[in-house]
Amino acid sequence: MKNTKTFRREPLTDSQLLMTIAICIFLVMYVGAMLIFKGGFLRANQIFDILNDNAPLIIVSCGLTIVMIGGGIDISVGAVTSLVVMACALFLNNGGNVYLSMLLAIGIGLGFGLVQGFLISYLDIQPFIVTLAGMFFARGMTTILSVDPQKVNIDPIHNLFETIHRGALVNTSIDPQTFNTSTENLTELVRDGKMTFFEAIKNMNFRTLLEGKIKIDWLGYTAPNGNRIPASMEYGVVIALLCVVVIFLLLKFHKLGRGFYALGGNQTSALMLGINVKRTRFLSYVICGLLSGISGYVFLLHTGAGNATNAVGMEMNAIAASIIGGTLLSGGVGNVVGTFFGVMILNTIKKIVVTSGLNAPWWQSVTTGGMLCFFIILQSVVIFIRSKVRRSRISKK
Amino acid sequence: MKNNFKNIFKNGLGQLTIPIIAILLLVIFNLIRDPSFFRITIEIDNAGNRVLAGNLISIINAASELAILAMGMTLVTAASGGQDISVGAAAAIAGSAFVKVLKSGGNINGLIVLLAFVVAVIVAMCFGAFNGTLVSIFKIQPMIATLILFTCGRSIAYWINGGATPTVDSSIVKAIGGFIPGCPIPTPVLIVIAMAIIFKLVFHFTSLELFTQSVGINGSAAKLNGINSTWIKLLSFIILGACVAVAGCIGVSRLGLINHETLLIDIEMDTILAVAIGGNSLGGGKFKMAGSIIGAYVIHILTVTLYAMKVPSTDVKAYKAIVIIILVVIGSPVIKKWFAKTAARIKNKKASAPMKGAQ
Repeated sequence: MKNTKTFRREPLTDSQLLMTIAICIFLVMYVGAMLIFKGGFLRANQIFDILNDNAPLIIVSCGLTIVMIGGGIDISVGAVTSLVVMACALFLNNGGNVYLSMLLAIGIGLGFGLVQGFLISYLDIQPFIVTLAGMFFARGMTTILSVDPQKVNIDPIHNLFETIHRGALVNTSIDPQTFNTSTENLTELVRDGKMTFFEAIKNMNFRTLLEGKIKIDWLGYTAPNGNRIPASMEYGVVIALLCVVVIFLLLKFHKLGRGFYALGGNQTSALMLGINVKRTRFLSYVICGLLSGISGYVFLLHTGAGNATNAVGMEMNAIAASIIGGTLLSGGVGNVVGTFFGVMILNTIKKIVVTSGLNAPWWQSVTTGGMLCFFIILQSVVIFIRSKVRRSRISKK
Repeated sequence: MKNNFKNIFKNGLGQLTIPIIAILLLVIFNLIRDPSFFRITIEIDNAGNRVLAGNLISIINAASELAILAMGMTLVTAASGGQDISVGAAAAIAGSAFVKVLKSGGNINGLIVLLAFVVAVIVAMCFGAFNGTLVSIFKIQPMIATLILFTCGRSIAYWINGGATPTVDSSIVKAIGGFIPGCPIPTPVLIVIAMAIIFKLVFHFTSLELFTQSVGINGSAAKLNGINSTWIKLLSFIILGACVAVAGCIGVSRLGLINHETLLIDIEMDTILAVAIGGNSLGGGKFKMAGSIIGAYVIHILTVTLYAMKVPSTDVKAYKAIVIIILVVIGSPVIKKWFAKTAARIKNKKASAPMKGAQ
């Protein structure tokens, strides 16, 4: 009797089921794109492109998943990322050391995590409001730190190329032939929003780090002109994947990780099980803050410049990715691997929209919205059916 | 009357304590900083009307949209225990529909404006019903459910007017966004007062307030008592839709054009903040709409004060965040308990001091 029981397979948990759904849909979508669009989707570079562009988002989403599993919410992550990018860019440009800049990034992230976590768990303030204030503060600090575009003095002698090199980004709406580099004209362009300034990093040690890539030759392809283009992966992607693995292990096997699930599932039960509820919640926000700091540095590794409008809307993308990956905002259910695939799904959809020629700007967000709607309703239905099945099984017993 | 005052001193203002203290502090700070901050003058505007002008008027005027949205958001928060983050996007859709109808006819008269307004309200109510359905029937967290519209709402608004930002040139629309000829008070303020009165009447004559609170406190208990909690949640989202349409129309009328990208941008966060500063629990249950309205004005006084102190508009957010944190820390249950304990200790000391003296 006892033997048969041990051999029975354990049923999938909600987290595992939702994660499996996300992975399946990603595979179906990607294989479908391969069959329909061929070309780019058949090359490994496409996947690496998505990874390179979205390494910061993956890291941020991991942190958010932890907070959401614990039943909270953190909407400051995007703003903290942007602040870290700006602060590190300024630090490096003023002759800072590369290793110290890494410490600075981690320090800023950790600082936000500690303060927000303390306010939320020990002072019992609503997480939404605290992290909203955190978001305002980080965004405000970013603009305070960033060079005020209207006050930048541009030497009229410098030509266009040098202006760009010094950190002015010229939009394509300006005709380079008729471009006038007089101070008044540039100031006017900045005021009209046709030109923005950012902190382009000149630190040579950092630039070598920035340009360094892991090249995987056998995954590459041969371009029509005969050049071999290897698949390349930035260092940021390695950090992101490492984060996913570490957090997966933490959530799966560590006492603290299991504590997050218990806390999100039912706070009172968690307290009765002997879990230090306040400390667990505090740590979830600290980890999230730390990961936003790391994400900021990875963002800087990708773009190489600090701009006040960096990572705008990243928090909502991260929330969307976590949801698609099967994390429930109500807490207790979620998986970081699912979140990783959530990010991939979000960005594969965008690639598919662009590839299929729907270039009008509204298509991307409309399809993303539709995708979210589909996932949210699917999850709600799945959870509902499972709870019904479970209830009927209990009543039969 | 005397009893009333006594009660206020004894029990405090309850939930309204924090927002009222905040508003008083800001007013006093401004009076010390610059006594002429609150000067109200009568000026003659471009159209030749005698209108009120001054910092105070512009604060109350500019906070109109936020106040209206905060009213609807209070209901949603109370009923569903979550927040709608799509109000800005939905307002852009409603505003686009408003302008679309206005531009469809030849010249704009009162009837067309009314029709456009009704269309905007219906459109926004439909989107509210969409959100409400997801929340009440599919049992999805409100923030997640409204994330869908938050993501694609402004794109839908873009699509309604074909990507253009049409301008509306009409004296009626100008009157809605500015001043009615002969009336010195800005029209948006009048609309806010009208909305507040409507809500007050609805709460007075129906049991909406009671039902909403009971659904928010315990949905299943409310259901057992015969309240249709699904419908109440759905209704709160539909009412918010109507508020969104009003706010969107005011926003459009103010500028005389619809810009789907910038109309009421970032207002969702401010709205939720207004509800929270008003002392309402973001987890649902009991609510006070007056608190949310005061919260909306607190946010705007803060913003205008910072502008008056010559803080650049891009940096305002950082200072705002500090004030918000201070407010919520003062209002947090742990700090309140600590205050109560300290007050009790001081009282005990006072009570025991004369006894010591007697010995």
